[in-house]
Amino acid sequence: MFDSLSENLQSAFKSIRGKGKLTEANMRDGLKLVETSLLEADVSISVVEQFMGRVTEAALGKRVLLSLKPSEELIRIVYDQLVAILGPVDNTIPLQRGQVKTIMLCGLQGAGKTTTCGKLAQLIKESKFKPYLIAADLQRPAAIEQLHVLGRQLGVGVFSKEGASDPVAVCQEGIAAAKAAGADVVILDTAGRLAIDEELMGQLKSIDRSVKPDQVLLVVDGMTGQDAVNSAGAFNAALELDGVIMTKLDGDARGGALLSVKAVTQVPIKFLGTGEHLDALEPFRPEGMASRILQMGDILEVAREAHRLVDEDERKAMEERMKKGQFGLTEFRDMMQKLRKPGLMQKMMGLMPGMGEMSKALQSADSDKEMRRIAGIIDSMTPTERDNPKIIDNQRRMRIAAGCGATAPMVNELLKQFDQIAGFMKMMSSGGAREKMAALQQMQGMMSNNPMNPMQGMSLKQSTGKRLTPKERERLQKERDKAVRKAKRKN
Amino acid sequence: MVFWRKKKDESVSSGEDKSAASKVANERSASTAAGDPLAQQTLPGETKIASSHSEKDIKPETDQAESATPEDGGSWFKKLRSALHKTNQILQTDIRDLWKSEGRLVDDDFLRELFVILVRTDMGQPTATRIRDRIGREFRGRKVTKEEVLESARSEILASMQNRSVELQFATSGPTVILVVGVNGAGKTTSIAKLAYRLRKEGRTVILGAGDTFRAAAVEQLKIWSQRIGCEIVSGEMGSDPGSVAFKAVQRAREENFDVCIIDTAGRLQTQVNLMQQLEKIRKIAAKQIDGAPHEVLLVLDATAGQNAISQARGFSDVAGCTGIILAKLDGSAKGGVVVPIMTEFSLPVKLVGLGEKLPDMAPFDPEAFTRALLSFDN
Ligand SMILES: Nc1nc2c(ncn2[C@@H]2O[C@H](COP(=O)(O)OP(=O)(O)OP(=O)(O)O)[C@@H](O)[C@H]2O)c(=O)[nH]1
Ligand SMILES: Nc1nc2c(ncn2[C@@H]2O[C@H](COP(=O)(O)OP(=O)(O)OP(=O)(O)O)[C@@H](O)[C@H]2O)c(=O)[nH]1
Ligand SMILES: [Mg+2]
Ligand SMILES: [Mg+2]
Repeated sequence: MFDSLSENLQSAFKSIRGKGKLTEANMRDGLKLVETSLLEADVSISVVEQFMGRVTEAALGKRVLLSLKPSEELIRIVYDQLVAILGPVDNTIPLQRGQVKTIMLCGLQGAGKTTTCGKLAQLIKESKFKPYLIAADLQRPAAIEQLHVLGRQLGVGVFSKEGASDPVAVCQEGIAAAKAAGADVVILDTAGRLAIDEELMGQLKSIDRSVKPDQVLLVVDGMTGQDAVNSAGAFNAALELDGVIMTKLDGDARGGALLSVKAVTQVPIKFLGTGEHLDALEPFRPEGMASRILQMGDILEVAREAHRLVDEDERKAMEERMKKGQFGLTEFRDMMQKLRKPGLMQKMMGLMPGMGEMSKALQSADSDKEMRRIAGIIDSMTPTERDNPKIIDNQRRMRIAAGCGATAPMVNELLKQFDQIAGFMKMMSSGGAREKMAALQQMQGMMSNNPMNPMQGMSLKQSTGKRLTPKERERLQKERDKAVRKAKRKN
Repeated sequence: MVFWRKKKDESVSSGEDKSAASKVANERSASTAAGDPLAQQTLPGETKIASSHSEKDIKPETDQAESATPEDGGSWFKKLRSALHKTNQILQTDIRDLWKSEGRLVDDDFLRELFVILVRTDMGQPTATRIRDRIGREFRGRKVTKEEVLESARSEILASMQNRSVELQFATSGPTVILVVGVNGAGKTTSIAKLAYRLRKEGRTVILGAGDTFRAAAVEQLKIWSQRIGCEIVSGEMGSDPGSVAFKAVQRAREENFDVCIIDTAGRLQTQVNLMQQLEKIRKIAAKQIDGAPHEVLLVLDATAGQNAISQARGFSDVAGCTGIILAKLDGSAKGGVVVPIMTEFSLPVKLVGLGEKLPDMAPFDPEAFTRALLSFDN
């Protein structure tokens, strides 16, 4: 989709290429394409209309830089406007020693509230505060048990009341229990409800009135469509939201609903959910979200590249990082994803040393699937693990594998391959042409018997990809036992 | 989209008491009313579903005093009408808003307004453009009535949905295996419960396979539903292999001659290659035991979803070979219009719609009624 948008934009702007100013007339086609792109990203149409007005205003009279194509200039304006609307950033949650703070999560059915309760609890725990969960969803079958399971996983207290029917009472009793348990932050997991369900919205209001949470957060599914304006508007009207969390952004949803939600509620976006695991919660960054919504990660790269070509500093900094070996799994994943867009590569050549050659090698059959598989494994790691793969022990390996349907040996294999690649990247970025040639040759050799496929030789297991079979668990258990015995012997 | 609203105080509580759970053991003989906890009582506000094998006959009825007009053909429109008043206060998307007085000139403004209304249904920009252009071609420069434009838009949508058979396919002999797939939180488990309830009401015996061994308390969730319905369930440990749960469920269905075996799966995103392949494996496991199984692979889509549902339909169809869609959460303010391009592009029919969180809140998909509701046409 994006590829065609970028091409279309370029042809729409052919006539004013590299000269003159942006005017309403010469932007018309370009703006149309931007509108279409936003609609495809599920931004609500009323919000799109407002937004296009803003963009037009900001763009009118803008001189097109000689170094930039008009299409790139327009996209930069659109991007900047998106960033401005999605911001400002406020990732804070109420934490204060000696006080019991309360956070209430609400939203439509299945948005990800309960899971996000667990994620927030983990975050709070990591900040050395004591979270406490309250099971106020008395509606959905096994909702209470679900929260208990998360609580057990995290070692966090969970309050629930067998047979209760009044969530207001449960919340009140739960907060008293949390205080008694010495908790710092109480998180209320409320039942999913429709924004048009007056009765259940009324119930939410009574919880709000009786508990007076320090923060009320709306949890929104990243795949939400046009209805986002209605539901978010209704929740905000009923509760005066303090923030928004958007979930399920680990897939290919562009998440344009976030723009709608922001436009109608005007409250800060706090976090993004990027997986089912409890550590898959990322602080919100408007820049990342803006390029995601526009699905222009790549064209933005190119637009930035245009600036960067002038501004060599950033490029130097990147090379510097690589030289120092600061090429982590996150960078690896990002690089792979960029490399998947063939057309882009030519433009990106020189941005990262050696990428051009690699991209050619990567365009072999099946590499797309493979790369998605690898990206899946990397996504399943925590940020800390990505930065420092050395800490990945058996237990972590098992968790990573379970999270993405791979097996522990696949994770191992990936880590091994990554080691080689990271070394290669370092070589490529260090100094002279001769070293680079040597590195390239080495890399090509590596890839010819293993075409950038860390999973090669494991295809049998691949075809039965799964979260974890009992057999595998048994084997992993054995491995773990062995490791424990080994460690004991050492002591 | 709210064309169906039910009383809030209703509760399908018959299975919640412990005695109902013990009746589960008798489930195999429960196709007669005697062993069926649900057959014995119809709770206030609960929808009655006729015990008939024909899908067409199973139209949920309402308990409201208001009686349906003959052409309504049941509750869809009655519910729709009463609900629309509420929705319209929230949504400004009613196509009737285009007519302030009788007749309106079809010009650029009109077509833009029409486009906005269509896009708000989540049918997507290309479909909305096509319909708008058709109306433009047909009526531009003319003064038109609401009925004319609606009729044209409706027939365009209906045609693109390929108004064809949407009934569930059952095995000609032996157990029918239904695999239910979809992204996280779409409504799979609840839809399975509702479907099992429907099938039980039709007199079929049902066994469930709790194939979501991953998400916290997913097994417990389905177990509670099975107790409420009074049907059998096969489950494994949390974290165990979903393939083996599927295997055991199908095996029991075959050996004990259940009519239908419905397998739940963990939510997954269509981009997660490994997890998607797991579905392929489950398919194969079913096929090995019963010829032609799974007879249905139902993709559950959330009616609040936007254009990503197209990617979902593509991803899940490619790997799991979907045979139909359950459109859940259609009782909200979202219209679920994205199924229009999905039905066109993938020839994937919507078979059932989810209209709430309770067991009776499911109905067969009715393209006509859906299209009317899509355009908020209530008279
Ligand atoms: N891929 C992915 N899945 C998520 C994310 N957050 C939640 N989920 C999954 O979404 C599904 C629904 O999550 P829940 O936390 O149960 O949602 P909920 O809002 O509490 O649902 P109700 O209580 O029924 O309204 C589960 O399968 C979760 O594992 C996320 O960021 N990414
Ligand atoms: N209003 C409404 N809510 C629904 C409908 N179907 C399901 N839900 C609710 O949506 C939430 C998620 O439903 P589940 O059945 O757990 O969804 P799932 O797809 O099995 O979720 P995972 O297994 O976590 O991926 C629950 O709160 C359900 O009660 C429906 O038709 N209408
Ligand atoms: Mg929940
Ligand atoms: Mg489920």
